[in-house]
Amino acid sequence: MKYGYFIKILLAFFLAFAPTQTFAKTIKWSMQGDSLTLDPHAQNEGPTTQVSRQVYEALVTRGLDMKIGPQLATEWRTQGPNTWIFKLREDVKFSDGTPLTSEDVVFSILRAKQRTSDFKEYISTVSGVKAVNDYTVEITTSKPNPILLNQLSNIFIMSKKWCQENFAIAPQNWDAGQETIAATKALGTGPFRITLREPNTKTVFKKNMHWWGEMKDKKVTEINLLPIKNAATRVAALLSGEIDVVTDVPVQDLARIKNSPAHKVESTAQMRTIFLGMDQGADKLRTGNTGDNPFKKKAVRQALYQAIDIEAIKKKVMRGLSEPAGIITFPGVNGYTKELDKRLPYDVAAAKKLLADAGYPNGFEVELRCPNDRYVNDEAICTAVVGMLGKIGVKVNLFAQTKSKHFKELKDNQGDFYMLGWGVPTLDSHYVFHYLYESGASWNRVNFSNSDVDAAIRVMEGEVNLDKRNAAIAEAWKIVKDDISYLPLHHQVISWAAKKDVNVPIRPNNEPLFRFASFD
Amino acid sequence: MDDKGLTIWDKIKDSEIYFSFIKSPTAIVSSILLAIIFFCSFFVEFITPYNPFDPSSLSLMDAFTPPSWTSEGKVEFLLGTDGQGRDMLSTILYGSRISLIVGFSAILFSLILGVGLGLTAGFFGGKYEMIVMRLTDVQLTVPSILMALLVDGIARGIISRELHDEMAIYVLIFAIGISEWPQFARVSRAATLVEKNKDYVSASIIIGVSNFIVIFKHILPNIMRPVLVIGTIGLALAIIAEATLSFLGVGVPPTTPSLGTLIRLGNDFLFSGEWWITFFPAIFLVILAFSINLLGDWMRDTLNPKLKK
Repeated sequence: MKYGYFIKILLAFFLAFAPTQTFAKTIKWSMQGDSLTLDPHAQNEGPTTQVSRQVYEALVTRGLDMKIGPQLATEWRTQGPNTWIFKLREDVKFSDGTPLTSEDVVFSILRAKQRTSDFKEYISTVSGVKAVNDYTVEITTSKPNPILLNQLSNIFIMSKKWCQENFAIAPQNWDAGQETIAATKALGTGPFRITLREPNTKTVFKKNMHWWGEMKDKKVTEINLLPIKNAATRVAALLSGEIDVVTDVPVQDLARIKNSPAHKVESTAQMRTIFLGMDQGADKLRTGNTGDNPFKKKAVRQALYQAIDIEAIKKKVMRGLSEPAGIITFPGVNGYTKELDKRLPYDVAAAKKLLADAGYPNGFEVELRCPNDRYVNDEAICTAVVGMLGKIGVKVNLFAQTKSKHFKELKDNQGDFYMLGWGVPTLDSHYVFHYLYESGASWNRVNFSNSDVDAAIRVMEGEVNLDKRNAAIAEAWKIVKDDISYLPLHHQVISWAAKKDVNVPIRPNNEPLFRFASFD
Repeated sequence: MDDKGLTIWDKIKDSEIYFSFIKSPTAIVSSILLAIIFFCSFFVEFITPYNPFDPSSLSLMDAFTPPSWTSEGKVEFLLGTDGQGRDMLSTILYGSRISLIVGFSAILFSLILGVGLGLTAGFFGGKYEMIVMRLTDVQLTVPSILMALLVDGIARGIISRELHDEMAIYVLIFAIGISEWPQFARVSRAATLVEKNKDYVSASIIIGVSNFIVIFKHILPNIMRPVLVIGTIGLALAIIAEATLSFLGVGVPPTTPSLGTLIRLGNDFLFSGEWWITFFPAIFLVILAFSINLLGDWMRDTLNPKLKK
């Protein structure tokens, strides 16, 4: 009698939950850090864009093959050298149901050009944008821009009406720690909308019913982003089935996950180079002990370069999953050559001699700033560097902290010696020079300044003759490589792990596109 | 004066404690273990050729060497190396010195604070006693690890970052010490209440000995037995508290790791088969805490006449 009761209850439960089990599935996604802000123009940072990309869309976008294709714009053409005409899709609605018009596009591009935007460098050549009619936008550039489409693929389109209602006309001033509604809520035209946002804990993406496109697999209706900072915990969560996809598997655990019959691992060369920056602009190091700035001397920079045993880092810290780098860009980017990517040899004796010749026979002291939740094994790389530089007498004090603080303090110009990684979303060298090498550029925290490089950057922006443009890129790379303005370390290799029946296509820019996700 | 010819050693041999000690194998084993650990930790410079706290002496290529008895192990690294190429054995010994220093200092700090407050509260009574005892009640409701976390968090807020790494060890001592004192206060107050009504105390007060002398010369030596017992057991707790805080990442910095920091750092490699990085510090911590606890148990049995058979 009692037994029958139990069966009935069980059956009721089964019937109640069975349908949701078969038709709607949640993908639980984890990585070590979280998006810094939901405001799509406030922070130009990997995981932040990864989250925004699920919710917001741009005029054009890169598909799974990394080629530029239409998104909100269906077609485009140039009218003369400086004018572009974009035709918009007419069936696009924001997730609250309001239709997208050219007014929203004009508003968003102007928004991304404001002072507080971190994307203003992307579209610095855009001089005017206007709505021709409801579904046509005209963009004018200050000079011919061969890479405008690449740049626009990262400018997300917001709703003008929503921004006005929510006091979000200007991008959040992230560097000043401003809190805005747009930083915690999102309204986009993309395949998902965010229904719950707890920074660093949980973000829930539900399918946007108004989305114009087709999901690859209709069963994918919800994505949960659950950041787990500790590597071992993240892997344990994956292995126990609590998490479905991890987009930054710790390299030391790949073998363990591969051995699990219920999981699979995919690896690909990532479009990201890890390097160390040394402030050459300051007259005196903030954390130094010599009273001057040793980094001003090229010999010192070269000594540090040659003291780093990158092969040991590759073998022991990265477990073989990295490609030692000679420049801060990677294969596939316009301007990259194998020749440029060669490193100076690892040579401790030569490094010691360089340091002594430069006037620091006993070395010096400096603090190395590192993120501890951004790049693959970032803190471990820095710890290894501390030991290697110690061997030539440079006493490095490691200061590792969470990425949001690391980046903020770096932009505040607080770092003497720091780690940074750089991806190239536009797949053109110009992006690297524009952010890292141009005099006064926002991420040029080494305070590098060279008029020849600046001139070459102007050529990259305005030259439509590709041969001349590529010559300028090659020339600029040669100058900065010879100057050793940064210490390149390696190109990252990323690995994603997932349950066997969950397919999220891996992409070299480490951005998952959940609209292409599917279940077996 | 018939024991004038006897040496101190003879006196110890003749004592009740010594008798109880040689009759208790657990006490002998645990004190031998502790003696070895203490010796190795405090004279580690003379025992191992490595200094794991000096990053420039490390070679990254030595990283992840397994213990010497496995097929890939090397003889020079008995217990293997960690992810930075530090020799595990010397890192553990250097680390246990930090753990022991923090544990001892913290327990000494809470002992002085707790006994000072408890003894005076028991002796003087009145409103002062009430305030002190309610204070201990309030603090006993807060778990000691939370209290330590709170102190550490506040210290992080007020101490500048440059100083924090150097100050970390003192902050840790204070944090653990402040979270353990109520036990000492309670025990010493209870013992004082018993002692203060005894005739020898009344006699001293009647002949006009000052309160200060009565408290420290007459009462304090007589309440030390229970205090020493909880002090010994508290030492094990303090070492574990230090390991817990360091494991949570709020203790000593990874460049000068204690046992807890070592366990935390090794935790990342647990899945990848490099078990020795976390296993050896953990087992070392267990042996250390277990030996202290056994010794504490033996002391309680010996020093408390009521528990004697």
